[in-house]
Amino acid sequence: MLAWTIYISFFGAAILLLLPKRAASLARCLALLAATSACGIALAAFLRHRTGELFTIVDKPWIASLGIRYHLAADGISLSLVLLTGIVAIAGVLFSWDIDDRTNQFFAFYLLLIGAVYGVFLSYDLFLLFVFYEIVIIPKYFLIANWGSTRREYGAMKLAIYSIVGSAMVLVGLIAAYVAAGSSSMALDKLAGFPFSAHFQMVAFPVVFVGFAILAGLWPFHTWAPTGHVAAPTAASMLLAGVVMKLGAYGCLRVAMTLFPLGLGPWSHPVLGIHSWREVFAALAVIGILYGALVALVQRDFKFVIGYSSVSHMGFILLGLMTLNLMGLSGAIIQMISHGLIGGLLFAVVGRMVYARTHTRELAALGPMNLSSALPFAAVTFVVAGMAGMGLPGFSGFVAELMIVIGAWRAFPVLALAVGFGILIGIVYVWWAMQKAFFAERGHELPPPDPLQPITIPEKIAAALLIASSVAVGLYPQMVLNIIQPALHSLLFAGLRRGGWQ
Amino acid sequence: MTFPALTALTLLPVAAAAVLLLLPQSSSKLPRVIAAALSLLILACTLLLWVRFDHTSGALQFQERHAWIPALHVEYRLAIDGLGLIMLLLTAIVVPIGIAASWRTKKRSSLYFALVFLLQACMFGTFTALNFFHWFIFWELSLIPAFFLIRLWGGKLAGPAATQFLVYTMVGSVTMLLSFLAIYLATGTFDFIELAGRGDSFLPGVAANLGWQHVNPQHLALVLFAGVFLGFAVKVPLIPFHTWLPAAYSEAPSGVTAILTGAMSKMGVYGFLRILLPIFAPQIHKLQTPLLWISIATIVLSAFAALAQKDLKRIFAYSSINHLGYCLLAAFALVRTSDAALLPEQYAAFSGILLQVLSHAITAATIFWFISLLENRSAGTRLLTDFGGLRRIAPVFAGLMGIALFSSLGLPGLNGFPGEFLIFKGTFPLVPWAASISVLGLLITAVFILGVIQKVFTGPLQPERAVFPDLTSGERVSFAPVVALMFVLGLYPQLVLGALNSTVISYVHQLRF
Amino acid sequence: MSSIQPTYSQLLSLAIPQMILVGTALLAMSIDLLALRRATLSTRSAATAILGSLGCAAAAAYIAIIHPNGNLLGGVLLGNAFIQLLQIAILALTIAVLLLAAGSTFTRHVGEYVLLILMATVGMLFLVATQDLLVIFVSIELLSLSLYTLAAFNKQSRFSWEAALKYFLFGGMSAAFLLFGFSLLYGLSNSTSLSEIGAHIHGLSPLLAIAIVCVAVGLGFKVAAAPFHFWAPDIYQAAPAPSAAFIASGSKVASFIVFFQLASIGFAGAQGSATWGHFVRGWIPVIALVAALSMVLGNFVAIRQSSVRRLLAYSAVAHAGYMLLALTAHTPQSLAALVYYVVTYSAATIGAFAVLSIVEAQTGSDRIGDLPGLSRREPVLSFCLAIFLLSLAGIPPLAGFFGKFYLFVAALQSSPESMPLLWLVILAIATSAVSLYYYLRVLKASYITTPESSAALTSGRVSGEEIPRVLCVLLAAAVVLLGAWPSLLLRPLLNALPRVF
Repeated sequence: MLAWTIYISFFGAAILLLLPKRAASLARCLALLAATSACGIALAAFLRHRTGELFTIVDKPWIASLGIRYHLAADGISLSLVLLTGIVAIAGVLFSWDIDDRTNQFFAFYLLLIGAVYGVFLSYDLFLLFVFYEIVIIPKYFLIANWGSTRREYGAMKLAIYSIVGSAMVLVGLIAAYVAAGSSSMALDKLAGFPFSAHFQMVAFPVVFVGFAILAGLWPFHTWAPTGHVAAPTAASMLLAGVVMKLGAYGCLRVAMTLFPLGLGPWSHPVLGIHSWREVFAALAVIGILYGALVALVQRDFKFVIGYSSVSHMGFILLGLMTLNLMGLSGAIIQMISHGLIGGLLFAVVGRMVYARTHTRELAALGPMNLSSALPFAAVTFVVAGMAGMGLPGFSGFVAELMIVIGAWRAFPVLALAVGFGILIGIVYVWWAMQKAFFAERGHELPPPDPLQPITIPEKIAAALLIASSVAVGLYPQMVLNIIQPALHSLLFAGLRRGGWQ
Repeated sequence: MTFPALTALTLLPVAAAAVLLLLPQSSSKLPRVIAAALSLLILACTLLLWVRFDHTSGALQFQERHAWIPALHVEYRLAIDGLGLIMLLLTAIVVPIGIAASWRTKKRSSLYFALVFLLQACMFGTFTALNFFHWFIFWELSLIPAFFLIRLWGGKLAGPAATQFLVYTMVGSVTMLLSFLAIYLATGTFDFIELAGRGDSFLPGVAANLGWQHVNPQHLALVLFAGVFLGFAVKVPLIPFHTWLPAAYSEAPSGVTAILTGAMSKMGVYGFLRILLPIFAPQIHKLQTPLLWISIATIVLSAFAALAQKDLKRIFAYSSINHLGYCLLAAFALVRTSDAALLPEQYAAFSGILLQVLSHAITAATIFWFISLLENRSAGTRLLTDFGGLRRIAPVFAGLMGIALFSSLGLPGLNGFPGEFLIFKGTFPLVPWAASISVLGLLITAVFILGVIQKVFTGPLQPERAVFPDLTSGERVSFAPVVALMFVLGLYPQLVLGALNSTVISYVHQLRF
Repeated sequence: MSSIQPTYSQLLSLAIPQMILVGTALLAMSIDLLALRRATLSTRSAATAILGSLGCAAAAAYIAIIHPNGNLLGGVLLGNAFIQLLQIAILALTIAVLLLAAGSTFTRHVGEYVLLILMATVGMLFLVATQDLLVIFVSIELLSLSLYTLAAFNKQSRFSWEAALKYFLFGGMSAAFLLFGFSLLYGLSNSTSLSEIGAHIHGLSPLLAIAIVCVAVGLGFKVAAAPFHFWAPDIYQAAPAPSAAFIASGSKVASFIVFFQLASIGFAGAQGSATWGHFVRGWIPVIALVAALSMVLGNFVAIRQSSVRRLLAYSAVAHAGYMLLALTAHTPQSLAALVYYVVTYSAATIGAFAVLSIVEAQTGSDRIGDLPGLSRREPVLSFCLAIFLLSLAGIPPLAGFFGKFYLFVAALQSSPESMPLLWLVILAIATSAVSLYYYLRVLKASYITTPESSAALTSGRVSGEEIPRVLCVLLAAAVVLLGAWPSLLLRPLLNALPRVF
């Protein structure tokens, strides 16, 4: 049943391409219908499979000569991420309600992207996963290059090239693993269970991990993210920062760490005081947290602030993955969900609520407009989203950061202190950006020449949806942890547990 | 299932805020009336709780306990003992005073009062929560309404003041969070009562549990203590972490300041008493001397600073720091090795803290209420030099404000006295040198308060203040119960102490090791 | 030399498809000369092209139904399942080229054009069905001479015959190299049969080394591998679209097969090794170096191109590099991968040329800068172009991706423990990632860049364009289909393989 999330999205994309160009409202409704039904299926599956154990959705032979099967399966981790995709997809469609230019093509690419993302999360055969992972690149490119804003062609191309470089690295690792395991199967459990030599894993792990981590915004391969997200139209930014970056993190966990757990182990001799790839990536993750936060602090363009904050938040996820304990890994997955919701909402506020109306993103220009009284809903939404993003308790971000810091305390105490510092800077830049953008200094008010349009109903619904989801996860994370933790205890991660688990 | 009284009490202000937000923005009279009524309703419910409280037992009452996030050992656990009860009560009293002080708020008044109620809900939440996760949510959430109240309705420099307030508190919160996460990692629990019950040996065990072999366990315990200490020290505040306060208190509208000084600062004191002292008693014992010096500095330096101020709000901002410094002095003095002879002194000190907290809340809030009236009548000025000789033209005003000011000074017969008396009675035998130096604070406080009285009420009348209406009858009726309360508590503190005795005994016993 | 002399009927049975083609060619030319004298150019070209396609179809049907098997004269003419598959593929590609030519107006001599295409196809059919040096050379010559002429067919364009002249001179020289190499091989083994040559060669002698290099030069030219590729950009750009498509597709299939057979069977004794850090002299390191050079040069020079056709030419060099990777592995799986890759590559290339020919008819040029607006004018065509280019780039779920994937897997499968060719595979994947950039540039121009002015069109829809349009859609569908269900082509390939080795 879950496979229908993919099929509905692709089918919807195909139908939308066939629509005439002028049927914009029909296109919107179709897109919303597709997104909502896919989300509904995801929700139903989420509620039905309470145990979080792995279950197969579809398993058919595909390219039998190579042992490749069309094998979809889901466990707790996939289910939560699929649900996240569904929610963000609906919100994205609602926030793009005002797109007028080639509406049907926009939503066609959008649904194609969503369908491929569902495919990655649900794939159990690694070839299939890679196919879906690559399919994501082309709609991304066209969405940004056609409907984007600042330097869109450059941003789109940069994003596409970085993505394909990452995919190339992943492909090298996958092919090497497949061949080394006897070219018999690409199924995740078979490859995970195969005893690759320690030397092989020590080389393959960083290649595949970095390949996926490029898409996840690992410092210093993150530079495509701010450019690309700023260039993208709002709905695309929401999806890209909210969901597609999580594809990279998911790949790190599901593929790199599952297949090559020994790659996380200690090296034979330390290099510059570093003892393993695990320490390398943990350090890079923390640098990413701090760097993203510090650079966000000095940005003048509102959207760039959010773009760099995404890099910072993704650093939390990668750090959580490297802690290799249940707390940190669970926290990383919750942060994936949380940042998917909150990052999406932040981009929506900046792009759709503010920029589409004021046509400027310069903080210095926005301040005097005193948007807190002109667009109170946008101001409140941004405050709530910003607080959630900076880890205010009561929202999902706090639970995630809590668990990641706990995990980091156990694994890398010094880095945990740096993380605390990063959280602080995160608070500062969110607060600073919010103040500069929405509140005017006394006596420096300069209302915009034309009255700003009020926030429309679709925007309000979408914002409420995202906030409610974040609050739900923040106040009752157990509903997600219930299915994630059994999944982390499953056989797939046995190698990881033998390797470096604490 | 018993009625979840504490959850209901916490949700009442939220419901009040919702009601206010649903009102149309345009009406300016209706929101304040409804707000006042609702706040009195909440006060009544709190008094109901007081009545239902079992005075004979020092154990936790009205406990609600449910599983929440088993994966993180987070429970939904609420309960109060006498300490929590008094905090709830003072919050419930301060909020109506704050609302009354904000009677003239014109723009977006329904949003204003809604934010006030949200703040009250957050404070109720922190005073009743017994699990760190849950408590921390409310601790952080309370900053948001406070920030916006200062920012949107404050004075000219409200922006930087609010930001400074937020950032300072956040820094403390983050260090507190980090420490608690380390503690959780080592002990596996977030529950305050469980952590307190572990005794003095668990903190050195933290290092071992975390697997950090090359860290001195004692040092680690001190570092963790410092993290949590910082969080609360910023909130009370203690000198030298206080620099956010004068700006925030003076830029905020007076009604908000009333609530900030009356209730929000008590969140810090509550944190010291509920969390820091029981869990980190050995560390406090080890660091007792420096901590006492910090409280002395808080008491004395803030009094001197108040003396030097010209702005009424700033004077009482510093005075606020001063009054709470006594509480901290007593708190640090409490932590002693078991010496049965000193037990009554410890009881006295703790009882003093509880009384001082309540009385300062009432008194400080009332003073800021008066200041708001002064501002309204004098078109916004509040410098000492702007007033003078008000006694002649507004005698009732001068009289009632005088009572409040004397109470703040600690005049016997008014509610300020019993608390300070008990604190000094308790701390003199425990830490004689510290108590002696702190008396200086009492003296300076007397000096500046008398100075205020002299400059504002006596002396020549300023020409601009020639038209200074006295209290209206409505205002007189509002002030009456508060002033009466001051007398009642001053003359018969047993009213409050009687309910708290059992709590005091069990608390002090728990601290002894 | 085998002692059994074949009868003519045996020879005939293996050569019937070729004869069908020759017959069709002559028929087409006569019909064009005699019956269609007064018809319009488009009708004539359509008629002859369709006739030619029918002939190819008939030949393919014959192969598919009759399954000509046999081995004449010890490898001079062969028939087995694998060869049948190859021949059907070549015929299918020829049909595609013919359909592309159906709408062309660059020449009045349509009958001759079709004849030459069919003759070249005859050469290709022989080329894949033989393991004898002489037949190889003669077939290559038949193929090449036809291709030289086909390239020069557009007499109105100076660039066309200049490119063709270059092609001819280059080709002649490389044919000389090839022949020299073959003669050396004969000298070393006293036989023209590949298997006997392979049996007589043990280890690398200087003479054999020269032979290997000469053969590499000769065949490297045919497949447009660097550094023997210099004719390709000019030909791809200047030759008429059907000729360029034909050169880029069918001849590549045949040439790679012959290269593979020569190297793996003929040079079996002097393999050498191209393991990173352990180069051993033989034919494998030579091919590996040529492959690496082609991949790098082709991809990086393509980035700078502003003409779509030249871009396709350099990308052809790069793809030749990838296919030579399969050669270095020389296992049955790598042969299957090679065939899959080259067939799907050819289909995508023919499709790209088909779209380009229509665009050139509309705008008069093939510059990237003249593409903007295509997606609005011709949504179907630009979508097909997107499919072809993305398949060439290796984006799933298109055929090009699976071709690359299988190629790389097969290259490593030969020795899974040590993976000697890993460095080459990594280089291939890396340069393939780079290639997405220039393919996206073309798509960007077509889909995203807004056109400067709407007066860029020299003509609207030209008559005679219908067949190429249909061809585009069919080829795009084939690319998608083969990408999503590679087993369609892979299973017959793998089933046919064991009988080859």
